[in-house]
Amino acid sequence: MPVFEYAPAPESRAVVDIAPSYGLFIDGEFGEAGDGKVFKTLSPSSEEVLSEVAQAGAEDVDRAVKAARKAFTTWSALPGSERAKYLFRIARIIQERSRELAVLESLDNGKPIRESRDSDLPLVAAHFFYYAGWADKLAYAGYGTDPKPLGVAGQIIPWNFPLLMLAWKIAPALATGNTVVLKPAETTPLSALFFADICRQAGLPKGVVNIITGDGSTGAELVAHPGIDKVAFTGSTEVGKAIARTVAGTRKKVTLELGGKAANIVFDDAPIDQAVEGIISGIFFNQGHVCCAGSRLLVQESVQDELLDALKRRMGTLRLGDPLDKNTDIGAINSAEQLARIRALADAGEAEGAERWAPACELPSSGYWFAPTLFTGVTQAHRIAREEIFGPVLSVLTFRTPEEAVAKANNTPYGLSAGIWTEKGSRILWMANKLRAGIVWSNTFNKFDPASPFGGYKESGYGREGGRHGLEAYLAGAAQPTSERSEREGERDR
Amino acid sequence: MPTTVPAYGKEAAERLASMADVTADDRALRRFLHGLPGVDAVGLQARAATLGTRSIKTTAKAYAIDLAISMIDLTTLEGADTPGKVRSLCAKGINPDPTDRTVPQVAAICVYGDMVATAKEALKGSGIHVAAVATAFPSGRAALPVKLADTRDAVAAGADEIDMVIDRGAFLSGRYLEVFEEIRQVKEACVREDGTAAHLKVIFETGELQTYDNVRRASWLAMLAGADFIKTSTGKVAVNATPPVTLVLLEAVRDFRAAVGVQVGVKPAGGIRTSKDAIKYLVMVNETLGGEWLSPDWFRFGASSLLNDLLMQRQKLSTGRYSGPDYVTVD
Repeated sequence: MPVFEYAPAPESRAVVDIAPSYGLFIDGEFGEAGDGKVFKTLSPSSEEVLSEVAQAGAEDVDRAVKAARKAFTTWSALPGSERAKYLFRIARIIQERSRELAVLESLDNGKPIRESRDSDLPLVAAHFFYYAGWADKLAYAGYGTDPKPLGVAGQIIPWNFPLLMLAWKIAPALATGNTVVLKPAETTPLSALFFADICRQAGLPKGVVNIITGDGSTGAELVAHPGIDKVAFTGSTEVGKAIARTVAGTRKKVTLELGGKAANIVFDDAPIDQAVEGIISGIFFNQGHVCCAGSRLLVQESVQDELLDALKRRMGTLRLGDPLDKNTDIGAINSAEQLARIRALADAGEAEGAERWAPACELPSSGYWFAPTLFTGVTQAHRIAREEIFGPVLSVLTFRTPEEAVAKANNTPYGLSAGIWTEKGSRILWMANKLRAGIVWSNTFNKFDPASPFGGYKESGYGREGGRHGLEAYLAGAAQPTSERSEREGERDR
Repeated sequence: MPTTVPAYGKEAAERLASMADVTADDRALRRFLHGLPGVDAVGLQARAATLGTRSIKTTAKAYAIDLAISMIDLTTLEGADTPGKVRSLCAKGINPDPTDRTVPQVAAICVYGDMVATAKEALKGSGIHVAAVATAFPSGRAALPVKLADTRDAVAAGADEIDMVIDRGAFLSGRYLEVFEEIRQVKEACVREDGTAAHLKVIFETGELQTYDNVRRASWLAMLAGADFIKTSTGKVAVNATPPVTLVLLEAVRDFRAAVGVQVGVKPAGGIRTSKDAIKYLVMVNETLGGEWLSPDWFRFGASSLLNDLLMQRQKLSTGRYSGPDYVTVD
């Protein structure tokens, strides 16, 4: 039998120039942390040290917030059309530098270049273009005729989509006239620091965007700082709860995008081949490091065997390895810590009696790797059906009727996303109304667009990012958060 | 009329026979075909596009180029075809690049029925098959006895393979059993006097079937009726083979073998002109069906100009430089 071996097709590292060390970007300048502390950032696919970055302390956070406060006066007073010019300029620079940024992101995060190049970067640019378009039209966004910015936004982003999460946070904040202090994740700070350089390249006024690197303690300082008016956080539910406790009783506005345990529901009349692709992209996209990942597959019993056969066959074709190879489908796990967590939960799945399966898959000898894994015979009582794994691990459950599918899908502390696969349009609409999730995809999964709002129910957080709804979180006097409204509407049909 | 000798094993023949109830009458057949899983167009197109982004370089590219050459049904289907034109095409099929004897020969020469004898003679001893289009190609608009006579004529002239077109009118108006019967009878007409049979490729003209659901149904219909190969297009309409349509065919042959145990080949035809495109199709075969279909026995390209682009790419790989169209033969 002939074998079609794909020769390695690595993207060149030469397009990106990583400095041996980076400082904090405050008031338009890079500088060391006050106490000179630094930490290293690794390439998760090789454990190679990429660079050293400053660890911001309380004093640095204070400096950054003050710089943002000072810049707010002039930035918020600019006409929307002027702010739009800067945002459009940033968007175009991102497009021009997209190859460099994609390689950088794959190096620092471990995600395949195919995804950073074809998915992350185009969306990053699209978000800046989209919100640039809103900057001079805020009066028509539905939040009053003269909506005002909040002030200084403290933004904390996760390591799974470093540059994309930055875009989701910074673009609407700037478009609405706010200034920002952003802290990227400890394991993936580099693209944010490159973004700081892009801000300079675009001639953005000093202090409008400040990037401070550091670990959780830096984030905690930022959230607690009295000089910020708004906290925007994407990350774990645990940290989200701590943030909510910190800001409770203050005047600060908060949006939280937290964990998820999405149900991907496949009916027996689904387009099977496309459903398999949707399941694959739902859970194995970005190594499963996606808060809206379709980590619970709910399949109708009558097609279970057929679907699982097809899914396993397809999983066997996934290519795991060097993130910079253009033919890689699955890259490295972001950190040793995350790998340990995935392993622990997968072991718990086995210990609790679920059946584990993974395709024959050779893992590289250095770096953090986890083979795409499938658990069958999972029940609602298993930990792997309840806890967010944030890795390439899919739990398969079954159902018999649409009512049962809804009940199981909603039986989770989370509510970020869900997927429905059926050829029956009326069932899609019926289910979408019943599912308590911020996003419901039908006959597709993990599709993002700047014009589409994103956010969760229950422990998946509150507030919406993206779309017109995403402006609301950065405007004063706007109506109550969309998610609270929809939560209550959801109550009625419980 | 002689009965069909199945090319596949006894067990597979029995399993196929066990599915006879789905072709018992028009209603049963319609129920079966409409019960196949649907095709979501957006998802299908996205998958085909993703497969098209695989980066095939160096050794993999060299392998793919030679494989693609060996899978070509080098085709001339013009009203103006002459014996001379067919003979020169045959010579090219045997020896595609006169400057490089390591180039593999093509799989078959595809011609109109009246050219079969000429092609057969020109290809003698080469092992290259002669494929003949039959059944009132390309429109398929003739009475069944005429189509059968067309087929028998080509087989008698020595055709190794018959490329038939289905009656799209009958298919689109839901007369599935009529299409099924037609394919079955053409398959019987492929049987030679010595009991062996020409390979039957069934052309759907997917550009006229319009929906991917129709393409999947047509694929199963043809395979149930005994097609050895299923083929997208005639190359004579505006929309011919596309990656998504071919992907539906690949999925259908995969599912058919899983269900019935019979392996069927796939042939995209029309509009595939560049090496880059051909390699994308091979990636699609590789990742949908695997190595079992990566051979001229199970996958073909229906093409006329593709060969020259493959040869130019091959020259580029061996010399490091691009030459130009004057460094390969016109036919």
